[in-house]
Amino acid sequence: MPVVQVEDVHKRFGAVEVLKGIDLTVERGEVIAIIGRSGSGKSTLLRCINGLEQIQSGRIEVSGHVIDASGKGLRDLRKDVGIVFQSYNLFPHLRVGENIMLAPRVVLGVSKAEALSRARETLAEVGLAERFDAWPDNLSGGQQQRVAIARSLAMRPKVMLFDEVTSALDPELTGEVLATMERLAEHGMTMLLVTHEMAFARRVATTTVFMHQGRVWEMGPSERIFGSPQTPELRQFLGSGLK
Amino acid sequence: MIRQFTESEFLFILASARWTLLLTVMAMLLGGLLGFLVALARTSHLAPLRVLAAGWIGLIQGVPVLMLLFLSYYGLSLAGFDLPPLIAATVSMALYASGYLGEIWRGSIQAVPWQQWEASSALAFSRPQQYRYIILPQAVRIAIPPTVGFLVQLVKNTSIVSIIGVVELARAGNLVNNATFQPFKVFGTVAAIYFIICWPISLLARRLEGRLHARRAG
Repeated sequence: MPVVQVEDVHKRFGAVEVLKGIDLTVERGEVIAIIGRSGSGKSTLLRCINGLEQIQSGRIEVSGHVIDASGKGLRDLRKDVGIVFQSYNLFPHLRVGENIMLAPRVVLGVSKAEALSRARETLAEVGLAERFDAWPDNLSGGQQQRVAIARSLAMRPKVMLFDEVTSALDPELTGEVLATMERLAEHGMTMLLVTHEMAFARRVATTTVFMHQGRVWEMGPSERIFGSPQTPELRQFLGSGLK
Repeated sequence: MIRQFTESEFLFILASARWTLLLTVMAMLLGGLLGFLVALARTSHLAPLRVLAAGWIGLIQGVPVLMLLFLSYYGLSLAGFDLPPLIAATVSMALYASGYLGEIWRGSIQAVPWQQWEASSALAFSRPQQYRYIILPQAVRIAIPPTVGFLVQLVKNTSIVSIIGVVELARAGNLVNNATFQPFKVFGTVAAIYFIICWPISLLARRLEGRLHARRAG
């Protein structure tokens, strides 16, 4: 059974239709990269999958939770879907460890001991075990982003969404975040990532989706998408990326 | 007969400062409570609550405190509720404070970056949980300097209740002046006492502001 199933999803902002009938299926353990120009709808699609944007028609199912145009049942769905943003969005009034423990404690109602062990475990997974007591302000951008990943992982999501998570980072900090994501992929996490890191998408993603003008323009195994693009739009997009 | 401005007149003025302080504290507590509800309503996602709160803030800020005072003292007594002056004064000052604190705190809540709402929504927090654990703790830090600043205004503005006969600091000064006719000594004393109350609060506000600023920069 697929973890994420997107069927004929339409999304408008005012008069502008940004998603014009998207179909997408993500199987367990799959890593899917979504590439495309700014404005192609790729971030919007990701945000629709955990209900941050409401869809006008169509259907999204994530591990048994259904989102439709009514927008009901969002909280249950979000417990199973982690999302990491470009701008990290850590809670600045809480230390690193508290940032991670808060949602499991408050939203899932796990015990303090359990939340603590989840925080230590996920921080170790992103390579920041020793920063448990640090303030977010005192971390580098790359470290903050890894804490944000740990914060999502502590909810034990069935799928992780990454929305251009390295776009705000210096090249040298990008590497540490990508390495963290690659390790997650190797551990079998189901992942959907919107990215401009083409080399990373090609190497790590099992499938790559090229979005263009609100549609899935071309999709397939990453090797084929990058190795022998079929449509002129994708060829042009990849070509312009190399220059 | 004209009396001298002696120690006993001075002590009378000093003792009346307790009513100024009491009024300030009560107005701050009751007004703060109501103002908090107003701020929550003003930032609610329910449109009628937002409109209601905006109307309240507009009304309170658009009407002189004096009118609130006359309405709650003379108005309510005509309607059959005979409020003692001190109660009418407390009610008016609390209503006044609620309008301003509500607006200050609305601004503080809205000054928390919207990404904090989004990040906590994505982690499946409910709206009350977002307020309790994410938004309000950050809004409080933003709110402290302007709130303390308003408190200073409130201390001084309580002098208006002397109009309905509450013998607080300003009214006590007035009474003593009528008996001694030594306005410089009397009102100098009154002003000094206001200053001694307000100055430390202002200092505190400036220190808090500096500290919060430093924290954000660091």
